[in-house]
Amino acid sequence: MNAVTTQTTLAALRQSIGRRSLLQGLGVAAVGISFGGLAACSGGSGGTASTGEEATLNFYNWDTYIGETTLDDFAESSGITVNMSLFATNDELFAKLRAGNAGYDVIVPSNDFVERMIQANLIQELDQSKIPNMANVDPTFIDVAYDPGRKYSMPYTWLALGIGYRKSAVSARPDSWKVLFDSPEYAGKIALLSEAGDVIRLGAKYLGHSVNEITPEIIAEVEAMMIRQKPNIRTFHEDNGQDLLLSGEVDLVLEYNGDIAQIMTEDDDIDFVIPGEGSQLNSDNLCIPVGAPHPLNAHMFINNLLDAEVGKKITETILYPTPNAAAKALMPDDYKNNPVIFPPADLLAKCEYASYNAELQPLYEEAFTRIRAA
Amino acid sequence: MESWRNAKALFAGVGFPPAAWLLVFFVVPLGVVWLYSFGTNTSLTEIEISGTFSNYARALDPLYLGILWKSVLVAAATTVICIVVGFPVALAIVFAPDRWKPWMLLAIMLPFWTNLLIRTYALIAVLRREGYANQAIGWLHDSLGALAPLVGLPQPGAYEPMELLYNNFAVIFGLVYVHLPFMVLPLYAALDKLDKSLIEASLDLGAGHLRTLLLIVAPLAAPGIVSGVIITFVPALGAYLTPDLLGGPDSQMIANVIERQFKRANDWPFGAALSFILMYATFIAIAFQAMKNRQAEARQ
Repeated sequence: MNAVTTQTTLAALRQSIGRRSLLQGLGVAAVGISFGGLAACSGGSGGTASTGEEATLNFYNWDTYIGETTLDDFAESSGITVNMSLFATNDELFAKLRAGNAGYDVIVPSNDFVERMIQANLIQELDQSKIPNMANVDPTFIDVAYDPGRKYSMPYTWLALGIGYRKSAVSARPDSWKVLFDSPEYAGKIALLSEAGDVIRLGAKYLGHSVNEITPEIIAEVEAMMIRQKPNIRTFHEDNGQDLLLSGEVDLVLEYNGDIAQIMTEDDDIDFVIPGEGSQLNSDNLCIPVGAPHPLNAHMFINNLLDAEVGKKITETILYPTPNAAAKALMPDDYKNNPVIFPPADLLAKCEYASYNAELQPLYEEAFTRIRAA
Repeated sequence: MESWRNAKALFAGVGFPPAAWLLVFFVVPLGVVWLYSFGTNTSLTEIEISGTFSNYARALDPLYLGILWKSVLVAAATTVICIVVGFPVALAIVFAPDRWKPWMLLAIMLPFWTNLLIRTYALIAVLRREGYANQAIGWLHDSLGALAPLVGLPQPGAYEPMELLYNNFAVIFGLVYVHLPFMVLPLYAALDKLDKSLIEASLDLGAGHLRTLLLIVAPLAAPGIVSGVIITFVPALGAYLTPDLLGGPDSQMIANVIERQFKRANDWPFGAALSFILMYATFIAIAFQAMKNRQAEARQ
């Protein structure tokens, strides 16, 4: 029994080192390191690429978010050396670029931050004629509300929020947000994501509103509901909900489908559901920031990442849902037909991307502060 | 001894680099944040320094004052527990044989060699439902339970793991764990200088151990206690990683709110105002210590 528990603990520790969790805490340190790091490595390679630019590229990405050999393969085929540095949260990415581009060529913001960075003039328009592999992208990901026609961004991965749960601990499939937001049934066994915007928007979704038609009145309504529900909530997690679920700390978590899909391979007793009210979609995107020193290399690199074979290798490593139809076609059936990674179409139809709203964001935060202080 | 006034060039040469460092990397950035606290957001990325006090007015809202008060209580509880735990530890090191002292001090400082985040994650592994603490207690429970029928007691039920993580207990436990060395070291420094014959005299004259400790040792170690209190209380007041990772739904502290203003809320002026309210509180605490020190010197 002891050996099993130790194994679970180890697995849990490993799991917790995901794209958005461990680095987040180290964020402050990482900022300092990558400032110096970039300057140090950009001067190295000297030669000229086929694009006519210096044969180097600075890529600013999430942790564990690229194929194992992707960068080397690209260097071999194009002669361009890619220097990758890592960020842990969209806020970190935004805060850093807000002070001026320190030399990044390609960045990977989430959908709402694509909108925010377009509004703040931090990313530039793409030249789609230089990205022919855009044809590989599933058409449903081209005309998205946050960037119609993909003028500024190319989709890299997408995710859906839902409920990860322990099958043996629930009385029925938790297919409504009610179990998380408005019911004492699983008191003390619930963990919600510590993101003010996501929690308030999904609360509004449960109450029957679109995530993009939120008013201060709805925020107040959701706030009151969450304050009522708070005694039943164990904790607000820092996007390590899969860890809490795997270690038995809680039985239901608000988490992304990709994160739960990862731990389902380790524990048969775990499943994931998108509630019938619908949910919120997220998508990470490849963009070129304003002031990028190597824009032509950047286009070439983005085109390379959208290649079917390259996309397949990336997906094999990171196991997130891919918007790249050609890459998905090359993947094995247990990925393609996984209902957690690719939820049923009728449920997806009820899901929405949340658009960025500069007026509401501080209200979300203040409501969340009140919920936590109540 | 020569006065520094006779070696002005040397003094300036030695003093300039740290002063410049302090100015460029501490005073100037802090000044910028101070200015932000009087600013307004004009766009997603621009702040206009408009001289408004509205950020401070908002920061004085009962909501934020309540969170600040709660942070003060958590930091105070941490400090008190650190004194109670740290004092005997410091005394033990002072009275330990000389060859052990460096090793004991090293043991106190050893945790500094590991990143705070890693140590906090380690605490999660200890405190969680199926963590080491619950495993150990569960094992004790089961093995003692198995013995119970032998002495005629009923067999107890299965062990129900304790909820040690994700509550205020976990936050204070984590803060004490992190800040204990900051308390032990100044206490040790103060106690080590103590004239031990005073303790012997007190015991010879009939005072008990507790009375000696409270009436003789504690007053003489007062400067160490005050330094220990300040360097424990101030960082504990600004802690944000520990409440974030170990705390429950209501364990937010003021630093968590400040962090959210700079990141998710993108409201730097308000975040700056909240930070400066914390900073003013800190300055007052330090001024208080300086005053105490001066009084202590005047008495001697």
